[in-house]
Amino acid sequence: MNLEFSEDQQFVQQTARDYLSEYASPEVCRAVMESDKPYDADLWKGVAEMGWLGATVPEEFGGAGLGYLELVLIAEELGRALAPIPFSSSVYLATEALLIAGSEEQRQKYLPQLCSGELIGTFAFAEGPGDLETDAVATDYADGKLNGEKIPVLDGDAAGVAAVLARSSAGPSLVLVDLEGEGVTRTVLESFDPSRSQAKISFSGAPAELLGEEGQGADLTSRLLDRAAVLMGFEQIGGAERTLELTREFTMGRYTFGRPVASYQALKHRLADLYAAIQVATSNGYYAAWALSEDNDELPVSACSTRVAASDAFCLGAEEMIQMHGGVGFTWEYDCHLFFRRAKLLSLALGSPSAWREKLIQRLEASDAA
Amino acid sequence: MHFEDTPEEAAFRAKARAWLEANAELRGPDDAAADLLGERADEETIRRAKEWQAKKADAGWACLTWPKEYGGQGLGRMENVVFNQEEAKFKLPPNIYAIGHGMLGPTLIAHGTEEQKTKYLPNMIRGSEVWCQAFSEPDAGSDLAALRTSAVRDGDEWILNGQKIWCTGAQYCEWGMLPARSDPNATKHAGLTYFIVDMHTPGIEIRPIKQINGGQAFNEIFFSDVRIPDSNRLGAEGDGWGVAITTLMNERLSIGSGGMGGRFRDLMRLARELRRNGKPAIQDSAVRQKLADIYIRSKGIQYTGYRTLSALSRGGTPGPEGSIGKAVGAPLLQEIAAFAVELQGPMGGVADQAAAPQEGSWQESYLSAPGMRIAGGTDEILKNIIAERVLQLPPEIRVDKNKPFRDIPTGPPGK
Repeated sequence: MNLEFSEDQQFVQQTARDYLSEYASPEVCRAVMESDKPYDADLWKGVAEMGWLGATVPEEFGGAGLGYLELVLIAEELGRALAPIPFSSSVYLATEALLIAGSEEQRQKYLPQLCSGELIGTFAFAEGPGDLETDAVATDYADGKLNGEKIPVLDGDAAGVAAVLARSSAGPSLVLVDLEGEGVTRTVLESFDPSRSQAKISFSGAPAELLGEEGQGADLTSRLLDRAAVLMGFEQIGGAERTLELTREFTMGRYTFGRPVASYQALKHRLADLYAAIQVATSNGYYAAWALSEDNDELPVSACSTRVAASDAFCLGAEEMIQMHGGVGFTWEYDCHLFFRRAKLLSLALGSPSAWREKLIQRLEASDAA
Repeated sequence: MHFEDTPEEAAFRAKARAWLEANAELRGPDDAAADLLGERADEETIRRAKEWQAKKADAGWACLTWPKEYGGQGLGRMENVVFNQEEAKFKLPPNIYAIGHGMLGPTLIAHGTEEQKTKYLPNMIRGSEVWCQAFSEPDAGSDLAALRTSAVRDGDEWILNGQKIWCTGAQYCEWGMLPARSDPNATKHAGLTYFIVDMHTPGIEIRPIKQINGGQAFNEIFFSDVRIPDSNRLGAEGDGWGVAITTLMNERLSIGSGGMGGRFRDLMRLARELRRNGKPAIQDSAVRQKLADIYIRSKGIQYTGYRTLSALSRGGTPGPEGSIGKAVGAPLLQEIAAFAVELQGPMGGVADQAAAPQEGSWQESYLSAPGMRIAGGTDEILKNIIAERVLQLPPEIRVDKNKPFRDIPTGPPGK
């Protein structure tokens, strides 16, 4: 057992932190939030140049050929910075979908563009309120055409290509669709976190091609979401760490009754609870990151644990951040709400924590029976 | 980064496992987990525990991390954990050495003179002598440094007077360690000195305390003109607080890294066997959500313990981060026990081992759990430690600072 990241990996993280502190300040996030832009194009270009978009993609497809242990550390930094870019959709979902299910031809065609950032990808699975029921998905795929409606699709208006969960005569299947092609209509939705855009996408006879084997969509979706849960989990952990740091800083400097508010046990104990929640998430995250990097049998259960613990930690951090800032925490001017919005959005983006708790128990039951 | 054994660790595990299999019996799924605090330690149990420890010492499996020159094995923390993990799978007498080996031995190694280490460590390792910790007092628990058991120098000796409380296992221990107040004119923390005490010295009276769970792990110890040779002082006069901190940091580490993995499996089994809303409880979504939360937090502290261990195995002493395992783990134990009892409906209130599911172990757990949240640092003290030492938040406002100890206000005498 060795739970330290290597020096090279720590270097990747430090580089990411330095880069983002220069190019992804809260003002960058706020600028996207207060405009109609779906994301910050300069930052997107920058992270592409840093090689992060293709971190785990083999070099032959234009990637950096790094491992998942590097990618989780980059994710953590993006989370700390609230980077307003479609990284999770394009990297954790679309790129991963191609890596686990794409044909050689599909990889050749899409991966280099995804790595360079000229193409943004996403994964369209939800079909309205409620958690995903893979078997009940209504979007229909037949004879190379896709019909149906996906809502919400994170980064759906920014993306040029989407992996879509659909139903074919063989059962749930994944397909790839050119979102700029015919038969695709996109409607931008007002996002809970306007620094991450969301859309409704309607397909009306849109040309689509199978991604992976027909009828394997349920299994592929499950595998894809597990991988994304770990990666996004580190973004959430990074965000949670930042809420703790900023809240600490604020409460140390704010005085009431002649002393810093950070000196009251009522706050100290809650900040200690938050710290513990972040450690619980981080430690589960380490285990899952190791499982992901080795692609071993521990991944399905640890992905659920990470997803829940990281969602809980970030939401707790963001809620406490506003509460401990007091009135100013509720103003548009302070950054607390940027974290508050992002925390909730990410906690729901891959399905609710409740759904992941349920999935966790299903998997524990299955492994117990085995 | 990886969680699996390195080839060396795997080889060590296999070697440990082979020895254990040859010398002990594997614990079955229905065998109760070990009585960790030795709460039911009668003479026969103590005899068996000593026998097992001697066997381990003879075969080179005792106190693995301690230096070789005193009878340890000079191995790393990682090997120690590997051995403990394997040992926990066997049916063995309670570990009456948890305090001696987990906290007091490391304190002696860190602060003892050569003579003290040579004198005490070999018997501690072999287990022929059991050690207890006499720290808390009726008026000094969370505020340990408020202790008032006095140590007055008399030539080459010290004379001890006062009362200690919550001393686990004192009734069967040969030796104890304690901080006492050697200078009431000094400020609170500066007036303490740390001692090793022979528990059979005249003037020591031990009274067991009956707990809410019926056990009697704890004792009160009364000291009346107890004479201790100065050669039993551990650390310099006035340095008692620093020595005590070493003990406490090791204590939190050893409590925190315990984990509760085995009990989660029992909890799942309970949920499968019992019924709720006309179906097995495990099919009830509220039960499933709760089980998931428990699993995630249990794993979270287990892996946090591994992270600490991994860092420690590369050098360093236990720091305040070790407090997280207990701060999260102890309340979690209580929550788990409460949930397991609730799952049983009216039967949850039946402690009868013959009638209650899983031999009443959850009722026992529920009655024991409050103690875990208090012993070795209450939840509240641990959160203060995390807040102040890890997060560097402002310390509590102290009215007792920079005052001679005797001038610090106290409450009225307790009952």
